[in-house]
Amino acid sequence: MARGIRDKVAIVGMGCSKFGERWESTAEDLMVEAFNEALEDAGIEKNQIEAAWFGTAFDKVHVGASALPLATTLRLSNIPITRVENMCATGTEALRGATYAVASGACDIAMALGVEKLKDTGYGGLPAGSRGTMTDLWVPNGSAPGNFAQLATAYSAKHGVDAKDLKEAIGHVSWKSHQNGAKNEKAHLRKPVPMETILNAPMIAEPLGLFDCCGVSDGSACAIVTTPEIAATLGKHDIISIKALQLCLSDGSESGFSNWDGSHFATTRVAAKKAYEEAGVENPRDEISMIEVHDCFSVTELVTMEDLYISAEGEAVKDVMDGFYDADGQVPCQIDGGLKCFGHPIGASGLRMVYEMYQQLQGKAGERQLADPKLGLTHNLGGAPHSNVSSVSIIGRLN
Amino acid sequence: MTSPVGITSFGAYVPRLRLARENIAKAHAWAMPNLRGLGKGERSMCNWDEDSITMAVEAARDCLTERDRAAVDGIYFASTTLPFLDRQNAGVIGAAVNLEAGLSSLDIAGSQRAGTSALITALKATGDGESLVVASDARKAKPASTDEMHFGHGAAALGVGSEGVIAKCLGAHTVTVDFVDHYRGEGEDFDYGWEERWIREEGYLKIVPQAVKGLMDKVGGSGDDITHFVMPCTMRGIPQRVAKMFGIADDAVVDNMAATVGDTGAAHALLMLVSALENAKAGDKILVVNFGQGADVILLEATEALAGLPKRAGAAGAVAQGRTETDYMKFASFQNNVKLDFGMRAETDNKTALSMEYRKKDMVTGFVGGRCTKCGTVQYPRSRYCVNPNCQAFDSQEPHPFADQPATLMSFTADWLSYNPSPPFFYGQVNFDDGGRVLMGFTDTDAGQLQVGTPLKMMFRIKDYDELRGYRRYFWKAAPDLNAEKET
Repeated sequence: MARGIRDKVAIVGMGCSKFGERWESTAEDLMVEAFNEALEDAGIEKNQIEAAWFGTAFDKVHVGASALPLATTLRLSNIPITRVENMCATGTEALRGATYAVASGACDIAMALGVEKLKDTGYGGLPAGSRGTMTDLWVPNGSAPGNFAQLATAYSAKHGVDAKDLKEAIGHVSWKSHQNGAKNEKAHLRKPVPMETILNAPMIAEPLGLFDCCGVSDGSACAIVTTPEIAATLGKHDIISIKALQLCLSDGSESGFSNWDGSHFATTRVAAKKAYEEAGVENPRDEISMIEVHDCFSVTELVTMEDLYISAEGEAVKDVMDGFYDADGQVPCQIDGGLKCFGHPIGASGLRMVYEMYQQLQGKAGERQLADPKLGLTHNLGGAPHSNVSSVSIIGRLN
Repeated sequence: MTSPVGITSFGAYVPRLRLARENIAKAHAWAMPNLRGLGKGERSMCNWDEDSITMAVEAARDCLTERDRAAVDGIYFASTTLPFLDRQNAGVIGAAVNLEAGLSSLDIAGSQRAGTSALITALKATGDGESLVVASDARKAKPASTDEMHFGHGAAALGVGSEGVIAKCLGAHTVTVDFVDHYRGEGEDFDYGWEERWIREEGYLKIVPQAVKGLMDKVGGSGDDITHFVMPCTMRGIPQRVAKMFGIADDAVVDNMAATVGDTGAAHALLMLVSALENAKAGDKILVVNFGQGADVILLEATEALAGLPKRAGAAGAVAQGRTETDYMKFASFQNNVKLDFGMRAETDNKTALSMEYRKKDMVTGFVGGRCTKCGTVQYPRSRYCVNPNCQAFDSQEPHPFADQPATLMSFTADWLSYNPSPPFFYGQVNFDDGGRVLMGFTDTDAGQLQVGTPLKMMFRIKDYDELRGYRRYFWKAAPDLNAEKET
């Protein structure tokens, strides 16, 4: 059995641009903003970076294809750089590439950078376009909220939850993220929003209203990774290491076979189990200090609490309403505001989640700092409930 | 002498949406107050994703109820609103209903007579096999015109052959007269018509009698034998006047569905014929007259076999499944007579890879998925490896048709973000009773009609328009099966 990557790779530098509608900035500006912060944080020279992974999902509406935009923007001279794309899990894919490169010994210092500049399309939401020559012929051209909204009907039917109670629980999910986002100066949306406003917002895809949907933002995030040994030689104390990095993809059975009920993410359950095993976590509800999940929509976050085995099956509504995931709850979720309020520049989001864990674990999270967090979990998802790319990562202190 | 050729089966389809004419009149009252006089009853209107091909497919499916599709070796498609000027429209219908290869096909157009001309052609040409005659029309009308009031959209289909004849053909006759009561020129959306009084006196009351007399002279018999007289005409009292000329009883005149459907153009004579067949008994004689640059006349006699035809929607069922629409602007938008601002999402390029569409034709046009011969799992799309995670056999799937399988709803949403010409866009996961799960778009669905477990039926519809290239692609959509709900 493979030994996994637990504690083989340390994060020595991270950066994150301000997320939001960055009308004044190009994707290149955002990349520079995240990169400069990460480089300064790492305390290394640019030429010490031996390889890089570049994550973008909607490259056609900003930098274009390949890894060349990263190489030329940051003037990374003649090093191997790979562009990765795995839908909304792209940011985590970039980190995975860099982490595996260091863990394998192929290089000492590697970098992951994700970016998305989505506000040059002229309209809100994600860009629409062809999804492949065969897919276009039969798959309904729905939207992300429409696909995720179906979790709600299936979850209600399965657990006998009244639609109104579910709407309130997912409303609380968004309410909590707005409370948290207000304390984050890099977040896109920084206003607390009353429950009443959330529940009565215009419908986007039933039952998801405007406040059940995350923002579409411009932004970039960056991580520099190395071995724990090199991190120590760089003068790092309280080294932050990667405990687990797991990825799980649908094989088409959720959408084409009848063993899935539509109320949960089959992939997340597999990725979570593997991640806990890799990190040595036996009881996630007690051992995980904080989580950043892929709350593209409030209902996604709600069902993910069960898929991560933190809430028992059918109990997420109760935990959410009890404040279990609030900032002062037992396992704070989206302490930085999440996709909902920090924002969702697709290629950067997975790295942005790790950025918050990294800040929290070092006690640098300012106004939203949690008391002595030990293990942080990030969950970064791409696609739709019936067909997706799901990743679960666990970050902690080395010792 | 071989057994007589005649009609072996029938089917019909009328779009679910029925525009209340008073709402047309109200919309135009500021300019054309006199339209109020026509503002009674309802007319059928295509949903945004319906055209003459999709309606024809539904009528053909109805006609093929409990029939051996392999026996059908020819298809005739009549319409004056063919979606493609150069692409065999009948071929699309044939592919959608999965008729066997070796099918002959012909599009017949150019006149309101097209439906009856297709039937006469099929009656003459059909040998040992069985032909399918489908007529369908979705004519546009200029806003505030009387056409907008009179027209409806719909389709009818007839099986033609010599086995299991439900109405044998006693004779047919055609006269051709280049009488331009109206016309639609190349590239024009709308008809241009002449004065109604002239059409009535010089057209209906002179050309039609000449054609009927031509047939009577051929086959003998007299008008009082006729029990069903089918004559599409939106002018009140004209069919009765023609009937009277030949001694046909007043009560033999078949209702023209003006109150519920409107005039469905090239399909209307056949739609009325289907209605007549539904009310006929063995021995009844049906005279069909259809006017348009001359006239077609067909005389049929119902047989004992008519009573044994398996149950289907037919014209009565198609008319009954209507839902009143009161929003004139919705109709105007669906007809493309007004361009709404649907935002930039509506700008998405819907280019179709024609080579891919051909490669996957049975899956896409025919809605044929796969069934694994190793584990029995039914799946869509058909794939090289079986989708069952416990099987995953390679190249193990045989074709499995989905279109006529009953299904139920697993999950759904009403999406206000995606572009859809009739928001919100309903879509969701559909579980088929015989196995298989497909993420599908919905059509003909109203708010509140869907819940987990709702019975669904499949319908052949337009998936996307490619306005840049003048193409449209078709696929199947789910709709609430209201009849199934009644049965349970």
